[in-house]
Amino acid sequence: MAGVGSDSGASAETTYRSARVPLLLPTWLMIGVFLVLPVALMAVYSFLTKEMRGGVIWDFSLAAYDQFFVHRGLFGDEPPTLEWTYISVFGRSIIQAAIATVLCLLIGFPTAWFIATRPPETRGVWLFLVTVPYWVNLLIRTVSLRFLIRENGPLNDALMGAGVISEPLALINTDFAVQLGLFYSYLPFMVLPIYAAVERYNFTWSEAAADLYATRWVTLREIVLPIVRPGIVAGCLLVFIPSLGAFLAPNLLGGAKNFMIGSLIEEQFKKSLGNWPFGAAVSMILMSLVLILLMIYARSAARQEAR
Amino acid sequence: MALRSVRHYPGFLAVTVLCLVVLYAPLVVVTAYSFNDSPSITTWGGLSLRWYVDVFTGPEAPRFRAAAWNSLSIAFLAATIATGIATAAALAMLRAGKFKGRSLTFALINLPLMVPEIVIAVATLIFFTMIGFTTGYLTILIAHITFCIPFAYLPIAARLQGIDGSYEAAARDLYATRAQSFFLVLLPLMAPGVVSGYLLAFIISLDDFIITNFVKGAGMETLPTAIFGSVKQGIKPNIMAISTLMLAVSILFVTLSYFINRKGR
Repeated sequence: MAGVGSDSGASAETTYRSARVPLLLPTWLMIGVFLVLPVALMAVYSFLTKEMRGGVIWDFSLAAYDQFFVHRGLFGDEPPTLEWTYISVFGRSIIQAAIATVLCLLIGFPTAWFIATRPPETRGVWLFLVTVPYWVNLLIRTVSLRFLIRENGPLNDALMGAGVISEPLALINTDFAVQLGLFYSYLPFMVLPIYAAVERYNFTWSEAAADLYATRWVTLREIVLPIVRPGIVAGCLLVFIPSLGAFLAPNLLGGAKNFMIGSLIEEQFKKSLGNWPFGAAVSMILMSLVLILLMIYARSAARQEAR
Repeated sequence: MALRSVRHYPGFLAVTVLCLVVLYAPLVVVTAYSFNDSPSITTWGGLSLRWYVDVFTGPEAPRFRAAAWNSLSIAFLAATIATGIATAAALAMLRAGKFKGRSLTFALINLPLMVPEIVIAVATLIFFTMIGFTTGYLTILIAHITFCIPFAYLPIAARLQGIDGSYEAAARDLYATRAQSFFLVLLPLMAPGVVSGYLLAFIISLDDFIITNFVKGAGMETLPTAIFGSVKQGIKPNIMAISTLMLAVSILFVTLSYFINRKGR
């Protein structure tokens, strides 16, 4: 906006032009040295030879990726076939993260819609209630959930006391517990972008549809969902990506069977048992997956904008 | 009437309530059980503050006190430094015109949000090991500053974007130097964004488990890593008391942030 006159308004936007480099230097240095460089080093590490007691020997090797993808039998003398052990860990993680995302969407969309259609005075309070858990320590939330749903925990006590069930539900250490944990961890990430999209939605579209005898649900499916889709897609990504690499929920709520990528990576860096190049390779594969997802998202968002 | 009905979907209120119940039930239950007098977590033995006393004076108290000190001092330093860096970056991104590398810098600022946390943890550990840095307080602090930058940046930049350039132009017309117009005009206007960014960075630092767990080194604990270590042997009542205390801190912070944002608007 040109307040005092377009001339001075424009120059305020360039007040710090001469100080640009010193202002940005700390950001470049911190993120460049302590994130970009480490990720590059991690890429290098994934092509090195493992040292038996943790750490690496500086010899080029494809052993880490070979271990991930290729099966050569117990003694390494069988003809190479595709190794399923680690791919299935990825597959399971993707399924778990996808189910958690769908759960978040099923609960998050109606919640976001409901909040966005409240009168402005109460909207803030509802939004506040949904965001508070996001500010609470994730570890504490996960531990609390574990406490609540464990075999002789308060949930089972209450349900048995009320006569709903006669045997305690075996919730803990199941796939469902992990999905519930992921859902619980990242639900606010689903609600907030959808809320932002619904808040911008022009309800006269819905009225027009209603005037043409569309039912509520037809209107929702045919009119609302396509329009608020960018918010939904953003919410799904914000839930799916952290769920994929999650460590706490699978570790504290799932048993040994519900191993996910996060635990697979973490295990490689435990003192003497680990395999650093392999851990680096698994991290590279996870990061590549996430970056591919983000690129697809950025492209489709750009295309949407162009339209 | 029509306006109201197109906004209304039957069952959405029920889902919202369900959503809130799911979000709050575990927290409410743990808070309630932290006041349980019984040493067993399964039976209710009446109200008591004994586990809070235990947190501060019990056998594990020194360990928790050291961990709490590490957590709070790291969160304070990391949030302060990250907020400073992010404020400078926001000025350069929004008040320095267009320049080459602007979108690259924007991607760089947001990089900690895009790379999965566990990957940052692995990369940071490898980096510090390779340059021969002893893992400990300093490595945790450096890692925290790095991933706090985007969390501090987003509210600050959002706020700065909404401030009209005419305020600074007016200050300059009245012969204020650039430093004067920043500290006396722009910074007070930016304050709600800066405070929000600071609070968010503080909470994010306090919250972090996975990166800290990788770069902390032996013998060094923050509250989350200490709690995680205890919980692996089973949830004890004193853990619930600590959790409730941390819950109170979080709620204090989010309430502060909420009111600051409302005032800023």
